[in-house]
Amino acid sequence: MKFSPFTEEHDLLRKAVGEWVDTEIAPYLADWEEQGDFPDEIFKRAGELGFLGLAFPQSAGGQGGDYWAQVVLLEEVGRVSQAIAMVLSVQTDMSTPPILEFGTPAQIERWLKPALRGELIGAIGITEPDTGSDVASIRTRAVKDGEEWILNGSKMYITNGARADFITMVVRTGELEDGHPWSGISMFIVDTSLPGFSISKRLDKAGMKMSDTALLYMDDMRLPEDALLGVEGEGFKQIMWELQGERMGVSVFGVAGSRAILEEAIRYANEREAFGQTIGQFQAVSHRLAEMATEVEAVQSLVYECCDLWDQGVYATEEVAMAKLAVGQLSNKVADEALQTLGGAGLVEGSFISREWLGMRIGRIGGGSDEVQRQILARIMGIE
Amino acid sequence: MSGLEPLFREEHEAYREAARRFVANEITPHSEAWEETRDYPRGLFTEVGSAGFFGAKFSERWGGTGPDYAAEAVWIEELSKGMTYGTASDLGAHSQLAALYLDRFGNDDLKERYLRPSIEGNLLGALAVTEPGAGSDVNSIRTRAVRDGEQWILNGSKVFITNGSWSDYLVVAARTSEDPGHENITLFVVEAASPGFERTRMKLIAWQTSHTGELFFDDVRVPDENRLGDVGSGFRNIMVNFQWERLMMSLAAVALAELSLETAIQYARDRSAFGRPIIKFQVWQHRFADLAVRIRTGKALTYRALRLHIAAENGSNVSREQLVRLTSMAKLFTQRLAWQVADECVQVHGGAGALMEYPAQRLWRDARVGPIGGGTDDIMRNVIAGTMGLGAS
Repeated sequence: MKFSPFTEEHDLLRKAVGEWVDTEIAPYLADWEEQGDFPDEIFKRAGELGFLGLAFPQSAGGQGGDYWAQVVLLEEVGRVSQAIAMVLSVQTDMSTPPILEFGTPAQIERWLKPALRGELIGAIGITEPDTGSDVASIRTRAVKDGEEWILNGSKMYITNGARADFITMVVRTGELEDGHPWSGISMFIVDTSLPGFSISKRLDKAGMKMSDTALLYMDDMRLPEDALLGVEGEGFKQIMWELQGERMGVSVFGVAGSRAILEEAIRYANEREAFGQTIGQFQAVSHRLAEMATEVEAVQSLVYECCDLWDQGVYATEEVAMAKLAVGQLSNKVADEALQTLGGAGLVEGSFISREWLGMRIGRIGGGSDEVQRQILARIMGIE
Repeated sequence: MSGLEPLFREEHEAYREAARRFVANEITPHSEAWEETRDYPRGLFTEVGSAGFFGAKFSERWGGTGPDYAAEAVWIEELSKGMTYGTASDLGAHSQLAALYLDRFGNDDLKERYLRPSIEGNLLGALAVTEPGAGSDVNSIRTRAVRDGEQWILNGSKVFITNGSWSDYLVVAARTSEDPGHENITLFVVEAASPGFERTRMKLIAWQTSHTGELFFDDVRVPDENRLGDVGSGFRNIMVNFQWERLMMSLAAVALAELSLETAIQYARDRSAFGRPIIKFQVWQHRFADLAVRIRTGKALTYRALRLHIAAENGSNVSREQLVRLTSMAKLFTQRLAWQVADECVQVHGGAGALMEYPAQRLWRDARVGPIGGGTDDIMRNVIAGTMGLGAS
């Protein structure tokens, strides 16, 4: 009986990714967070190193690895920064997989291959100012005009939105039909260099400040015919497919982040002295951390089972919703207990714990809120 | 190969089907009556034995069909669905504790005399460690064994001994020296028919069909050939076996939690309030979804610990600390979970949750043993904290 899902090749990959993370990302995180930005160069370097296409086939410009290789990337980045893990995951798990899955050979050449090389930055565009979880209510609209599409509307809370070269976007191309609540939605690859696209606002968030989150505006934007990704009118189904990979990705790096935060709290508890002993020697503190470690290992087990299904090509909506919900709960709980363990040191701006505590809160909202995951599960359980 | 190796193979699915059929035919139809009378026939052990369900983890040499720990896990899961947890606990104490101790630490003579008939289900065993003054703190036991030529003379008492009020033999932990210290605890196989041995059956609010005994040893003479393992090896052997016991408890707790959730959802579908079935209220939908996630999470953790256990049994290089850590985590996570799910099951039943005619209250009462038995939640936290260098030094 083999215990670890990883092979020696994955271990070597982990070492390589880990070195990159420890030398080119971790030392700068505090500065980036303070500046509210990080260099685009990150994407280029990740592309050069072959880290953006780990689980993509070689024919599409990827490394041809399995999903566990992608897990290695997300875990290694997730252990130092949820924000950087998020922006990379937008590139590797959200904006690009639909191009491989639904795109034409020409779209793969034009958008996917450069994206996996880190030469183009992608974003995923679903949420709008008036509609988030309720995807069927989106109002951004593309209308066919001869051989072009005319795009009007706006998208909100778009990660990488202020720096993206393209946005994998769902928009309305037809009317809502009675009895078909998800009809009339299509997916597009929106080239942000085209006239009519603008960044209305770079949003200032409580956490993950280094990652740009934007409100975008599309005003009579003319898209070429081949901007349509996949089948017209099938966009809802396509974005639901995309969300599975997205939720897997955030689950993987969310657990890795929780584990790293817990390790920091344990390290602190073993060093910090109060009342003549280390605080970790107080039973109450030790039990709290034991509880958190148990939660981390439990949710890790669930997430690895999901990764295994995903790797085998199983479309496991139930397990993915469970993992997403469980990780959101876990990461917020662990981050908060860690903050409590560090006391005042946990509140200092620029510290690892304070930064990740703020960042973790997004995990329960983005990619489908806790409530949405529960509703999905209720539907699958047949109790909705 | 990357990825997770499947825990269960095709033959395990056949085994599961057989176990399911056995439980559905021989246990479930009687469970209500057994709970009502707080008893069940001793012959159940023979039925389980002759159907082969005591044999999965034992070698063919002693009448088993293994060792196959994944198959054993299947049996535990299915048995747990039989809705009579006191009965399952008796069967478990016999097979997961007494018989397993004999298999691991006994010589051929002891195995021939006690293990073989235990696997057949013709001889009932129990494990006696806990005392009125020593539960989780095993090293504080005071039952004394004094050597007298080729015999040992036992004096002392034991409590909460599952299956112990009617077993044919007991694996008893006793102190073989006046000195405190782990190295002075030794295990003995004591026949219940021995002169000087007395016992009573304890009345508990949970596991009501179980034959939980309070035991008294008054100059009970045990031949040295019934010593299980070397003198002084008892404490270490108890600690080793705790891991398997806790893993089995985790599997059973997950199964109980699954059953509680099914029971709760069924009631919520059937019962209406404010003009619609309770299940139509979103708060209950979301609560059930949360519980389903927790159950699946606990199951994933338990299966991960089981994988590690099987890897260790197969001779893979598994650190003992990792095994202890994951097993303790599985035990801590699942025992409270089972009780929480059962508690929500009572809650959704409203007033009916308190009625003895509904199974909800029984699931709830029985699940409450989990965070206490086999090492309490606090002991688990101590153990886990210890693996991280935390806790009292």
